[in-house]
Amino acid sequence: MLFLRQTATIALKDLRSEFRTKESLNAAISFAVVILVLFSFAVDPTADQIREISGGLLWLVFAFAGALILNRSFARELGNDCLDALVASPVPGAALFLGKASANYVLLLIVELVSLPIFGVLYNMRWTRQPLMLAAVLALATWAVTVIGTVFSALTVNLRLRELMLPTLIYPMMIPALMAAMRLTTLLIAGEGIAADDWIWVRLLIGFDVIFTSLAVTLVEVVLVG
Amino acid sequence: MNAVAVEDLWKYYGDFPALREIQFTVSSGQCLALLGRNGAGKTTLLRILAGLSRQQRGQVRIFGRDARHPATRAAIGVLGHGIGVYDELSAIENLRLFGRLYDLPNPESAAKQWLERTGLAGVAASLVREFSRGMRQRLAVARAFLHQPSLLLLDEPFTSLDDRAVALLQSVLQEALQRGSTVIMSTHQLREAMEPATHVGLLNRGRLAFHGPRPEEMLGDPGWLYRAYGEG
Amino acid sequence: MRERILYALGAIAGLWLARNLYVILLGLPDEAAQGAIYRILFFHVPGWITCFTAFLLAGISSILYLIKSDPRYDTFAVATVEVGIAFTVIGLVTGSIWARIIWGIWWTWDPRLTWALITCIIYMGYLMLRRAIDEPTTRAKNAAVLCIFSFASVVITYKAIDWWRTQHPGAVLSFRTGGGSIDPLMESMLFQNAAALLLLAAVLVAVRMRQEEIGREVESLRRHAHAI
Repeated sequence: MLFLRQTATIALKDLRSEFRTKESLNAAISFAVVILVLFSFAVDPTADQIREISGGLLWLVFAFAGALILNRSFARELGNDCLDALVASPVPGAALFLGKASANYVLLLIVELVSLPIFGVLYNMRWTRQPLMLAAVLALATWAVTVIGTVFSALTVNLRLRELMLPTLIYPMMIPALMAAMRLTTLLIAGEGIAADDWIWVRLLIGFDVIFTSLAVTLVEVVLVG
Repeated sequence: MNAVAVEDLWKYYGDFPALREIQFTVSSGQCLALLGRNGAGKTTLLRILAGLSRQQRGQVRIFGRDARHPATRAAIGVLGHGIGVYDELSAIENLRLFGRLYDLPNPESAAKQWLERTGLAGVAASLVREFSRGMRQRLAVARAFLHQPSLLLLDEPFTSLDDRAVALLQSVLQEALQRGSTVIMSTHQLREAMEPATHVGLLNRGRLAFHGPRPEEMLGDPGWLYRAYGEG
Repeated sequence: MRERILYALGAIAGLWLARNLYVILLGLPDEAAQGAIYRILFFHVPGWITCFTAFLLAGISSILYLIKSDPRYDTFAVATVEVGIAFTVIGLVTGSIWARIIWGIWWTWDPRLTWALITCIIYMGYLMLRRAIDEPTTRAKNAAVLCIFSFASVVITYKAIDWWRTQHPGAVLSFRTGGGSIDPLMESMLFQNAAALLLLAAVLVAVRMRQEEIGREVESLRRHAHAI
C-alpha cells in the first residue's frame, strides 16, 4: 500500500513538473510531426504503400520522439541534486523506478495519441478500424519502450554525452518489441484482425514487458545506489 | 544505544581506497564534526551513511540496522551540496512531496509549519525557480528537517550560506540536538561548526586520524587539530 | 610464470588450428552439394559457438559482480565481451563469404544474419558505455547491469527473429538433429576446431584481463598521485 502510494507520488511529481514546463512534451510532439512530414518526402506515398509500412513508420516516430522524453526522465533530477534527495528518502528503488516509468508511459502515450491523427491526415489513412486491438498493442509496446528507456535513462544520467548514449543503447535493445509492434500495428491499421499466426507477436510483447520489467525492478536499486 | 556504528569500512574507487579501516561509533545525542581536506573522504563517508553509496568492505549500522533499510532512511535527514528541491515546483509542493515520500501522517501541516519556521510562508506558492539563493537554502534546510530526523547528515552545511540561513541552520540544529537527535557534519567552517560539536573526527587521506570528544584547545583555536594530527 | 603459461597455451591453440586447417583443406573431400566453400563452415559454426559462450559467460560474470562487487568479475566480463565481439565479426565475415558463393549476395536481411548484427551492435553499446564512465566502480556496476540486459535482449531477439521464415540452413549437428545429416568425420572436425577456437578465445580473454588489471592499477596510482 505504502509502496503504491510512493510510486504514485513520484509519478504525479514528474507529470506535474512536465505539464508545468512542457519542455520535453513540446519537443517530442514537434519532433514527431517533423519526422512524419519528412517521411512523406522519402517515399511517394500511395495509399497501398503507406498501408504496408504504416506500422514501421509510426513506431519509428514513436521511438525517436520518445527518446526525448526518456532522456529528460532522470536528467530532470540532476538540477539541484534532487536524485540524491530521492534515493536517500525511504522510497524503495523499485517504487522510484515504477513511478518515473509510469510518468514516462503517460507522456509517451500522449505523444502517440497526438501523432496518430496527424499521421491519418497527412497520409490520408483511416487508422481507427481496429480501435480496441490497436489500443491494446499501443499499451503493451509503449510499456516495453518505457521500461527499457527509463532504466537506461537512470543508467546514463551521470554521463557526459548522455543525450547521445541513450538512443544508441536503447534502440538495439528494444528491437524485439519494436518488431512485434510494427508488424501488429501495420495489420491493425490496414483493418485486418490479428490472425492466428500473428498472436505469437502479442505473446512476444507480453513476454518482453514481463521479463524487462522484472529485470528493471530487481536491478534499479543497484543502479541508483553508487 | 549507538546511533551510528561503523566497523572496518573500506570504500574503493577501482583499486584506490577512498576510505580505509574507518571505525567509530556515535552515541545518540552527539554532534560529530568531520574535518579534513578536500578529497580526504568526508563526502564519501557521509554518502555511505546516507545510503547513497555502498562500501566494499566493513559494516555500517545506523540505529542497529543497515543503512539502506527503509526504516533507517526514514530516520535520517540529509543536506548535501545541492539543495535537493525542484525548481519547477513551488515551495509548498516541494515540502508536501517529501512529506509524502517520508510517509508523514500529515504532510500538509508539516510543510506549512516548516515554511513558517524558515520564513518562507509568504512565498509558499511561488516556484522555487524564482527564489533567491538564500531562500532556496532555507527551503533546503526545511526539506532536510521536515520529518524530524533522529540522525542528521550534513555535508558542508555552512558553506556559502547567507547570514540568515546560517542563523536558521544553527537554531534548528540546536533544537534537534536538544530533542536528542544525532548530528554528523563535514565542514571547513571551523568556527560555526565548533559551537554545536561535541565530538570531532579528522579524516586524512581516507583514514580516520582522530576521533574523540572535541579537544578544549579547538574552541579558541580551531586549527589546533590539524596541527596536532599531522596535516599542517 | 602466468605469462609463460599463457604463451604456451596460445602456441598450442595456434598449432592446433594450423593442423586443423591442414586437415580441413587437404584431408577432407569436397562436399557433394556445395563444393569447396563448405570448408568455411569449420570456422563459421565454431565461431558462433565461441561468441555465444563468451556472451553467456559475460552475463554470468556480471551477475556475480553485482553480488560480490569484486572487480575481477568486471574484468572478466569486459574481456569476454571484447573477445565475443571479435568472434561475432568472424562469424559475420565467414557467413558473408559463404553467402556470396552459395546465394550470390554478401548480405541479406535473413533472421540469423540480422540477429548477429543486432547482437554485435548491442555489445558495442556495452563497450561504448564503459568508455563514457571514468570512475571505475560506477563503470563496473553500470556495465554489469547493461550486460545483463544485453544478454536477455539477445536471447529474446534470437527467438523473435526465428519466427520469421529463415533462409539460413537449419541445424546440422547431430545433437540437434539426432544424427544422419552430417558426415561423422566432418562433425568431429567441426568439434575439434570449436575446441581449438575456444582455447584461443580463452587465451585472448586472459590476455585482455591482464591488460585491464594493469589499467586499473595505473588508474589507482594516478589517484594516489593526485591525493598527495
